[in-house]
Amino acid sequence: MKIRQLSVFVENKTGHLNQILAVLALNNINIIALTLADSIDFGLLRMLVSDPEKAAEALRTENFTVRIHEVLSLELEGVPGSLSRVLNHFSDNGIAIEYIYAFSFGSKSILVMRPDNAEKAIEIIQKYQLKPIYESDLKAQL
Amino acid sequence: MIWNEEIECMSSSEMRKLQSERLKELVNKVYQNVEFYRKKMDEKGVRPSDIRSIDDISKLPFTNKTDLRDNYPFGLFAAPMKEIVRIHASSGTTGKPTTVGYTKKDIENWQEVLARCLIMSGVTPEDIVQVSFGYGLFTGGLGIHYGAENVGCTVVPISAGNTRRQLQLMSDFGSTVLACTPSYALHLADAMSEFGYSLSDMKLKTGVFGAEPFSENMRLELEKKWGIKAFDIYGLSEIMGPGVANDCEFHDGLHIHEDHFFPEVVDPKTKEPLPDGQQGELVFTTLTKEGIPLLRYNTHDLTTLTRERCECGRTLVRMKKITGRSDDMLIIRGVNLFPSQIEQVLLEMGETSAHYMLYVDRENNLDILELKVELDETKMVDTIKDLMSLSRKIEHSLHSALGLSVKVTLVEPKSIPRSEGKAVRVIDNRKI
Repeated sequence: MKIRQLSVFVENKTGHLNQILAVLALNNINIIALTLADSIDFGLLRMLVSDPEKAAEALRTENFTVRIHEVLSLELEGVPGSLSRVLNHFSDNGIAIEYIYAFSFGSKSILVMRPDNAEKAIEIIQKYQLKPIYESDLKAQL
Repeated sequence: MIWNEEIECMSSSEMRKLQSERLKELVNKVYQNVEFYRKKMDEKGVRPSDIRSIDDISKLPFTNKTDLRDNYPFGLFAAPMKEIVRIHASSGTTGKPTTVGYTKKDIENWQEVLARCLIMSGVTPEDIVQVSFGYGLFTGGLGIHYGAENVGCTVVPISAGNTRRQLQLMSDFGSTVLACTPSYALHLADAMSEFGYSLSDMKLKTGVFGAEPFSENMRLELEKKWGIKAFDIYGLSEIMGPGVANDCEFHDGLHIHEDHFFPEVVDPKTKEPLPDGQQGELVFTTLTKEGIPLLRYNTHDLTTLTRERCECGRTLVRMKKITGRSDDMLIIRGVNLFPSQIEQVLLEMGETSAHYMLYVDRENNLDILELKVELDETKMVDTIKDLMSLSRKIEHSLHSALGLSVKVTLVEPKSIPRSEGKAVRVIDNRKI
């Protein structure tokens, strides 16, 4: 349920995001999921990639600011209301979500989130038998 | 009108005699009372008896801003604390402020030179003087305040900031003199229409502007925008505060009150005194100061001196308007700022790298500062909230250390150009 995510600092400059993506392409890194948060001053790019260590190293070499963080990932049922039901478990137990994104992988609907309290969130996942996603699950189809 | 004709129109031989007497007394006093100067003079092999006239001044050691910092807070005071009646402070080159102390006599002398400056600017006892310099540890507000009271003006001690209120009181009270930084005066002029005022609501006739350098063009622009006569008042807290020099109605340089503050201009490299007319660093010796007398204090302001006769009748030596400095000190909204202070704050915080670039600009005639600082990868986080709070935290620390608002922008590592030799840390886009 814990998977590694790349967080990359992106200055607000035209073409900057593309430079990051070019580095990944050159190093044969596949992007599994990507989300870009924007603020007035800068952007923050979060990605799940095929090889986080290699990607981080390649970006670092090109002077990008990158860190690997652990986030939680769950599989969702592909039916209306499934995300809401999952999140109810967290909010009922006083866990706040810092950020969240979702994507589909093959036939799966996958949720990525960063709770304010990871340990407590894992307890909830186990208690309610939510379906965890591991990094190996995201490699299967590559 | 001349406030003190005897001094301000004194013949040069008499002035030199007065300066010589005062210098001898001063050197004796600091040698007796200030360990720092006793050591410095001993090192140089100069004894107080070697100083027989003002011509011997070049035998004396220089004083720099770092000396004030090294002797913080009261190490350079020549009078016992029971005789010190006031303390002012300005920001120093690093964390610690530069502290100055005044005896009763110093405050009297300050009022005297300020009265001369105000009269030189055409101010009369009938005037209502709106003092929009900051009050407090900064010398601007209280300095002008006491000087204007000495002249007999009605003083409005409104202090700096709060533009709406400035304009409201200026209109309601009928202020006739405005004293503030030149950039704030321009800002106030431009803000009038926004707050529903026009020149016809105002009775302003004179502006006494200082605490930051401004060009002759800017002075003329201020005269035009306000429909006033604008004057340049010069000073620095180390020497006294505002009132060290002021320009008269002929605006051909600023008359220095040389009976109190003896000026020299020295070569920035060799520190050798330069003849009149040659540009160099302005150096002052405080001939009458009791609280914190300074020998040959290097202001690092660049100017030239002239003793040619001024049409106003004053014989006081004049200095050209200051347009530059020989060090990297910036003056932001009247506040002194050294780039090293920013570095110090960043290093103390340890949240970012110490690679930064400071951008100075002027928007609506107000100085604005933007600091671009490189993010430290080990501090990289995965939420916008944490990144934003990092920049807010830096802004907060800078504000409390410098007394200035700085907008902080985080940038990528190694994105700020590295320079060989002396690093370029500041890009000043202001037009003054």
